Amino acid sequence: MSAPDTTPYTGTNGNGAAGVRMRGVNKAFGTNTVLRELDLDVDPGERVVIIGPSGSGKTTILRVIMTLERPDSGTIEVGGRQLYHQPAGDGLKPASEKHIRSVRSDIGMVFQHFNLFPHMTALENIMLAPVKVHGQSKEEARTNAFELLDKVGLAHAANQTPGQLSGGQKQRVAIARSLATKPKIMLFDEVTSALDPELVGEVLNVLRDIAEEGKTTMMLVTHEMGFAREVADRLVMFDHGQVLESGPPADVLDNPREARTQEFLGAVREH
Amino acid sequence: MTTAFDANQVQPPKPWYRRGDVLTVLIAFALGYAFLLFGVDESTRFRTRLNPDPDLTFDWMYFWHMVPLMWRGLLATVKATVYGFTIAIFLGLVFALLRRSKLRPVSWPTAFVIEFIRSTPILVQLYFLHALIRTWDWYSPATITILAIGLGIHYATYCSEAYRAGINSVDKGQWEASTALNLGPVSKWTKVILPQAIPNVLPALGNYLVAAMKDAPLGIAVNATGILFFANAIRGGDFRAVEPYMLMGVGFLIASLPAAWLVRRLERKITYERT
Amino acid sequence: MDGLLLEANQYRLLRDGAWVTLQILGLAFVLGVVLSLVVGVGRLSERRWVRGIALVYVEFFRGISSIVLLFIVAIAIPILLGVSQASILMLGSLALGANMGGYGAEIVRGSIQAIPKGQSEASIALNLSNTQRLRYVVLPQALRIILPPFGNLTIEILKGTALVSLVGLADITQAGNFIRQQQLFGDAGTDRTILFLNILVIYFVLAQIINGLFRLAEWRLEKRFSGGEHLTPLDLPEATK
Ligand SMILES: Nc1ncnc2c1ncn2[C@@H]1O[C@H](COP(=O)(O)OP(=O)(O)OP(=O)(O)O)[C@@H](O)[C@H]1O
Ligand SMILES: [Mg+2]
Repeated sequence: MSAPDTTPYTGTNGNGAAGVRMRGVNKAFGTNTVLRELDLDVDPGERVVIIGPSGSGKTTILRVIMTLERPDSGTIEVGGRQLYHQPAGDGLKPASEKHIRSVRSDIGMVFQHFNLFPHMTALENIMLAPVKVHGQSKEEARTNAFELLDKVGLAHAANQTPGQLSGGQKQRVAIARSLATKPKIMLFDEVTSALDPELVGEVLNVLRDIAEEGKTTMMLVTHEMGFAREVADRLVMFDHGQVLESGPPADVLDNPREARTQEFLGAVREH
Repeated sequence: MTTAFDANQVQPPKPWYRRGDVLTVLIAFALGYAFLLFGVDESTRFRTRLNPDPDLTFDWMYFWHMVPLMWRGLLATVKATVYGFTIAIFLGLVFALLRRSKLRPVSWPTAFVIEFIRSTPILVQLYFLHALIRTWDWYSPATITILAIGLGIHYATYCSEAYRAGINSVDKGQWEASTALNLGPVSKWTKVILPQAIPNVLPALGNYLVAAMKDAPLGIAVNATGILFFANAIRGGDFRAVEPYMLMGVGFLIASLPAAWLVRRLERKITYERT
Repeated sequence: MDGLLLEANQYRLLRDGAWVTLQILGLAFVLGVVLSLVVGVGRLSERRWVRGIALVYVEFFRGISSIVLLFIVAIAIPILLGVSQASILMLGSLALGANMGGYGAEIVRGSIQAIPKGQSEASIALNLSNTQRLRYVVLPQALRIILPPFGNLTIEILKGTALVSLVGLADITQAGNFIRQQQLFGDAGTDRTILFLNILVIYFVLAQIINGLFRLAEWRLEKRFSGGEHLTPLDLPEATK
């Protein structure tokens, strides 16, 4: 086991991006242990790409941070605040729903299958959370939503519903939707793997833009190794619920230390 | 090592008439029918043997002593339900077949009649039927028969919809396969379509049977005895409403909840056997 | 007996009855929809006791017959509680609405369960509260599944309103009984079958209207899912041109 090679810092940086610190996180589904004693740090503003074989628990890490899945034990800090615990006296106690919601507002997630709301237009999808959760006025939210749609190249599709959009367009709207609440950390779970090959590029371009802006920490799970090499500050190879190795993408991809990593990369390259 | 496939060791599934569970249900049905045919007292006299305490709004003694009377009413209601539903099952089949007819002068009016009966109150239908039958001098059935006919016609429309849904649920490929195998119409229906459609239809029929039981107290509209007839008779005789109506509610739940539970079990068993 | 029609004054009686029927239907419908939503959502609550209460409600009101319920609610309970029977219209609507709630709750529960899990997960990721998730994401989509069976359920309630005539309300059916009694004293030869056939037709027409209204609602809802046109640069706000 290699120790994480960056200095853990989980506050927020000058840009407003937030770091993550996971300590001793365990998660099992029945008898299937998916995360075991996982320690993982992500610096504010860092772009971390998580790779690993199918079923190794990559999605589960993101879901646990997004509070879609509750860890069995361990602690997770986001932006310097405990996610599942809140201070009580000297120690910690399980977090209330209110506390979780407060920390959760720093986190955004984009899903493999978009999960857009089919009864709303692209614009309404994007405006929902800013208006209902963050109390923005409709005018303000609408202006922002148009800007975001423009950013992902879909301003013309503002009044269209997901049923009218292609997969790549849907995913771009979904990204715009999660950007709308200005999360300090964004989680991307294989956001291109449900797309036809010719639509992958348009989504990756949007991700590249977000990475360049550097306003948010990014954790991405992807099988696009070329893309990982390009945008990642750090690559984390994941296996059996633990970090197998991690480091700059060039190091991990070109000189993997672990045999399992070599094997995995070999299998991926064959495609 | 591979074991040779021995066709003799493969047990074909037992036919339905040799399956214990199916036979048990059938025998229970037959006994129940026989009981309803001969064992139900259809007299319309409901007399209490106890005077209620006028100082109490709810007299428990009085309540309990009416249980046998309520039971008699309940059995009559169940009897009318079962009779009515027997009519519904067959009449529904007729409706469904006419509705499927390729002749529009047949299928369209049938569709209209089904829709008409389905979307109008059975209470008014019973009044109508009562009035109609009373104008005939060649046929004067017992009141419980009129009730059963009314229930039968009303629920036949529901049954026909269930049949239609069941037949439609049989995959299109099955029809094509039957044609491809050159099966005659009889084998096609008895060997391919019906065995697949009936399991889909049974739970729906069960639900409608329970629904019909809930409408059967309406026999009072044609003066047929039953559980509501009992409660109304007590109210008219003793001028007490609370106890008989409450007892009617309890008795009704005692009959309908297990019935609904049985239907759900049947539904689950059928889904289980098909997967 | 001239044809299939009644006399004008008899239609006037039926019209007044129809008004009562519609009032009861309206009240029962509103109550039924509210109860369906509350109990249907309650069936899926995280809290055990809420689920338990919702389950008992559903089992009870689906198990008991609406006729039996009507007699208990409109006659037995007012006597038992010592309150007057004055608002028997309310009580009748209450019984029918509670009954509708039992069936409606199961429709609502099924429809909520049919919404893909990803929709709820996206709502959590956007930090919507549980109520907001239900209000803005789950229920609007569930409505698409709910509407057709609710149309049928509403027609069942319309049919159920005829029962209130048995507890003394002057609805259409009761108006029919009244006309029949009048005829007993007057022209004895008048055909009662024609009278009740007319009443059945009135119910049928009402049911078709309900049907139509639900179709309209379904159509309008479907439009929400099918979205709008491409925007041209002219349509876009200044900032994004
Ligand atoms: N809700 C769940 N219930 C039961 N088991 C689950 C659940 N979610 C995930 N698992 C199991 O946990 C393990 C890890 O799943 P996870 O989705 O995190 O893997 P992954 O690394 O994202 O794989 P992939 O590359 O296929 O997406 C798998 O064995 C999966 O079957
Ligand atoms: Mg995954």
